[in-house]
Amino acid sequence: MLSLVLWLPLAGAILVGLVPRDRHSIHRWTAFAVAMVSFGLTLAVLARFNTGEAGYQMVEDRTWIPAFGASYKIGIDGISLFLVVLTGFLMPIGVLASWKVERNPKLFMMMLLALQTAILGVFLSLDLLLFVLFWDAALVPMYFLIGYWGYERRVYAAVKFFLYTLFGGVIMFVAIIAFVFLARTQTGGITFDLEKLSHVSVAFGTQRWLFVAFFAAFAIKVPLVPLHTWLPDAHTEAPTAGSIVLAALMLKMGAYGFLRFSIPLFPHAAREFTPAIIVLALVGIIYGAIVATMQADLKRLVAYSSVSHLGFVILGIFALTTQGLQGGSLQMINHGVSTGALFLLVGILYERRHTRLIADYGGIGRVVPVMAGFFLIMALTSLALPGTNGFVGEFLILVGAFVRNRVWGVVAAVGMILSALYLLWAYQRVFHGSLDKRENETISDMTPREWLAAVPLVLVALLMGVWPKPFLDRMGPSLELVRQRGAQTITTAGVTTSEAQP
Amino acid sequence: MTEHAYLIPILPLAAFFLIIAFGKRLPLKGPEIGIVAVSISFIMSVGIIAKFVGAHGAEHAREISTRWFPFGSGAHLQIGMKIDGLTAVMFIVVTTVSLLVQIYSIGYMKGEVRYTWFFAALSLFTGSMLTLVIANNLLMMLIGWELVGICSYLLIGHYWEEKANSNAAIKAFITTKTGDVPFLIGIFVLFAGTHTFNINAIYHKVAVGDVSHATLTAAAILLFGGAIGKSGQFPLHVWLPDAMAGPTPVSALIHAATMVTAGVFLVARLFPVFAASPEALNEVALIGAFTMLFAALIAMVQDDIKRVLAYSTVSQLAYMMAALGVGAREAAVFHLFTHAFFKALLFLGAGSVIHAAHSNSMRDMGGLRKLMPTTYATFLIATLALSGIPPFAGFWSKDEILTEAFRAGQHGPTHIVGYIVYVFGAITAFLTAFYMMRAFQMTFMGKYRGEAHPHESPRVMTGPLVILGALSVVAGFVGIPGLKSGFGSWLALGEHEVESANYLLIVVSVLLAGGGLVLGSRVYRTYAEVDPLERLGWFHKVLVNKFYIDEFYMAAIVRPIRDRVSRATLWINQNVLDGAVNGAAAVAKISGDGLYDQLDQKVVDGAINGIGITARATGGVLKYLQSGDVQKYAAYLFAGIVILAVLFTRFA
Repeated sequence: MLSLVLWLPLAGAILVGLVPRDRHSIHRWTAFAVAMVSFGLTLAVLARFNTGEAGYQMVEDRTWIPAFGASYKIGIDGISLFLVVLTGFLMPIGVLASWKVERNPKLFMMMLLALQTAILGVFLSLDLLLFVLFWDAALVPMYFLIGYWGYERRVYAAVKFFLYTLFGGVIMFVAIIAFVFLARTQTGGITFDLEKLSHVSVAFGTQRWLFVAFFAAFAIKVPLVPLHTWLPDAHTEAPTAGSIVLAALMLKMGAYGFLRFSIPLFPHAAREFTPAIIVLALVGIIYGAIVATMQADLKRLVAYSSVSHLGFVILGIFALTTQGLQGGSLQMINHGVSTGALFLLVGILYERRHTRLIADYGGIGRVVPVMAGFFLIMALTSLALPGTNGFVGEFLILVGAFVRNRVWGVVAAVGMILSALYLLWAYQRVFHGSLDKRENETISDMTPREWLAAVPLVLVALLMGVWPKPFLDRMGPSLELVRQRGAQTITTAGVTTSEAQP
Repeated sequence: MTEHAYLIPILPLAAFFLIIAFGKRLPLKGPEIGIVAVSISFIMSVGIIAKFVGAHGAEHAREISTRWFPFGSGAHLQIGMKIDGLTAVMFIVVTTVSLLVQIYSIGYMKGEVRYTWFFAALSLFTGSMLTLVIANNLLMMLIGWELVGICSYLLIGHYWEEKANSNAAIKAFITTKTGDVPFLIGIFVLFAGTHTFNINAIYHKVAVGDVSHATLTAAAILLFGGAIGKSGQFPLHVWLPDAMAGPTPVSALIHAATMVTAGVFLVARLFPVFAASPEALNEVALIGAFTMLFAALIAMVQDDIKRVLAYSTVSQLAYMMAALGVGAREAAVFHLFTHAFFKALLFLGAGSVIHAAHSNSMRDMGGLRKLMPTTYATFLIATLALSGIPPFAGFWSKDEILTEAFRAGQHGPTHIVGYIVYVFGAITAFLTAFYMMRAFQMTFMGKYRGEAHPHESPRVMTGPLVILGALSVVAGFVGIPGLKSGFGSWLALGEHEVESANYLLIVVSVLLAGGGLVLGSRVYRTYAEVDPLERLGWFHKVLVNKFYIDEFYMAAIVRPIRDRVSRATLWINQNVLDGAVNGAAAVAKISGDGLYDQLDQKVVDGAINGIGITARATGGVLKYLQSGDVQKYAAYLFAGIVILAVLFTRFA
């Protein structure tokens, strides 16, 4: 089942590859159909998922490279479940957003689908070698998406993205090899199996090094300030589908890595580094928001908002409280939906006016009321309006952070004012005011294809805001394991927690 | 009836979606859905309050809740409703004003842009406020609270083609949001102290002394921050006058029912928390006392009729806050109740005038008495009610507040605070009567000075004025001092008698109000181009400039953050952080190139731009790739892996 989910998009990419070069419409429709089937499969996984179970489900385990103890082992749990579903959900939207790609649409669609397999691989792998393989594999299609189909400064952005992430990935790879090597006495031979490795206890001094190495990969991917500078360039220069996938899915690979590997494998070190990481997260929340406020480029603004929002996610995760972990995990999905939608809408606007500069717009709410409505709704979900997904996530994160440390909660809460400020201000400068530029008078409103891409995002955002229970119920048990794993070391280290449970 | 009270907020919320979906296809283009929905809510509200009138309220108080989403360790956050006398009174206030405002808007908004959307937003606004009111837990209250905030943003900025209006909307949202942060943190503090969001559970824990005094004080003061923002108290009052940018019916709704009362309601709802901390109560009282006088002074010199009323609202809300601060919860809610009717009436009356005179400035009005008789008569009633002239509604509630404040001075825990509230309240009562008479004279008396051809508004607008006029006369009767089972008992769950009147105080406050009216009417009987108050000299200038608070915020907060902090951050981002990356890349590249070129033959010809420091103008990425750069970097990296792996196993 999971193998099918995992490999179908790649198979789809090959299928698109078999279509003759100039049949663009067939390329698009094939890609769309594959993405839809893939989405259906992730929904089937969701349906088969056993709520209330903390461990991995639907595990497939085959020997892969026996010499290294590497196996083809994939599985899903509450942490990865919704990331997988989100990946399935966003891909058809990504294809729809790329309908008008003119430069080699065939290759574009192939890249997009190949990327999907790589991302799913990251979320599904239960073998560290397999994980690293997918982690680095995901770089390649994205590199091409940015570098070949991007905007003016695409090459700079693509190379920067590639090097930054590869750098982190390589350090992590080194750490994995070292870890596996060190663990061999406890696991009885070299193995990359995550489940076996998670019972290994590593001496504190070594844990620290390993944690830092993993941290390098994940912190770049999230990204945490000051490792974020690849992100605005990559997001801004990428084509719309690239930005959506980058923001909604690839940033989550970093946060997911913390949850899946850093905390469970090196809990003691995670505990040790928590204050530093939290500081980076809080700085990111405030800093990302301030820099977003100052952006003249709409896409860059949304990109910096990601820095701010991912700060919330990391804050929640590293608060290591039940609410914080839940909020952080939920916010990962929320951010995928909200920011994905904002990138989609910015892309739609760009297709019409070929400018991303906020100053080139103004008052266009008059000519594109529907687009303005969509944009406003998604901006409101992003600034955590109650009734939308963002509220539940941020509320849980703030509670979780606050019960752990008052100051964390207070600083993050201030970040909420700033996110309201830059989003509403951007909205005002684009859609409100007088329509004083002639070029803007003829912008056309959303087409049916664009409706089709945007409406599901709005519905999911509202659903998650009004009825988050199904999501939290499935995430809960797995997150509780992470929390306990983190807490174990806390007690052995003799530090008491002040966590309040209702 | 009480069991189904959840329908009261749900109906207007549903109306919001229905209006958006179907509004444009209906004969009236949308208002009918909202009006039907809020009418049903209103009828249900009447049914509910009927149970609390008389002394049997306690039997009808209900708290029902259901699980919403899991919240760790098997606990769940709840969604639910708490019905008691306070909820019932708020239901009446919100649904009555909302219903009348929506009917009025059919006439007022005729032919305006986004007509259907306007009614949808009114319904959402109403439903949000009702959600806030019905909430049985703080999370749900927060939800209503934030939704109210966003609705005010949407409606204040309704005419967003004008940048100023859009600015006012953002200002309102961000200013109240600034108050929401302490509010949110207050909720967390209370949660950390009580481990619950449920209001009844919090009452209980406070009553049995489960929560430390320090926690309660901190929680109360932080929560009050939210109330300051929403209810436009000093120093977060600055958004409220600017909120006049919205269509006038919205102003009526915001000022009477659906937004600014939220702060007062919050303190009233969590009164046990505040009451447990004299420090917090004193803060509430002093902020209230200061704000009421401060706003009344500014109201005296405004020429825009809506701004007079806006500052009046700030001032009157401060009365309610001050009443809460001296422990007079019933008096505060009573004033909220009466004020809702005459303030809504004043705004709708002002709207009627603006509609006719095509100007907000009272300098363009005058002499409308004959031209707009219904508006004139109802506005006069509201003026008298707000001024506190018996037997109009405002008299009873304002007098109760002053009496309670005086009593708090005599018997309260902090005498001085009670007396301060009383003295400030008494001065404000005088000023209120004065500025209202000034507005009344400038608008309705003398000769018409404008350019338009004013005429009475259509029935759909004057109808609500007449109903509100009637309410402004009678609404106070339910709280006549000495009345058994009067207003106070509805809230207090059980037998409660408004304490007998203090006739001396009544005489004093009537004299003050009457004096203000007489003085106002004498000074402004004949219109003068130069406002007679300019004789106050520099003080007049200070008042006209609203004590320079907006300027202070601009100079001390907005500009430094916008021009310095933000720019500096951006500069660091571009030059330090990104610069470091590019610089490191360039250095790595230069040294790497040297090494690589000597180890290997030259794979690449010519100069290569630093890692993307400048992208090539020509040639796509494929060319770039073929040039071997990426392979080269990858080679460096894998060389690095080997070195690092060796180092790692050595040192780790």
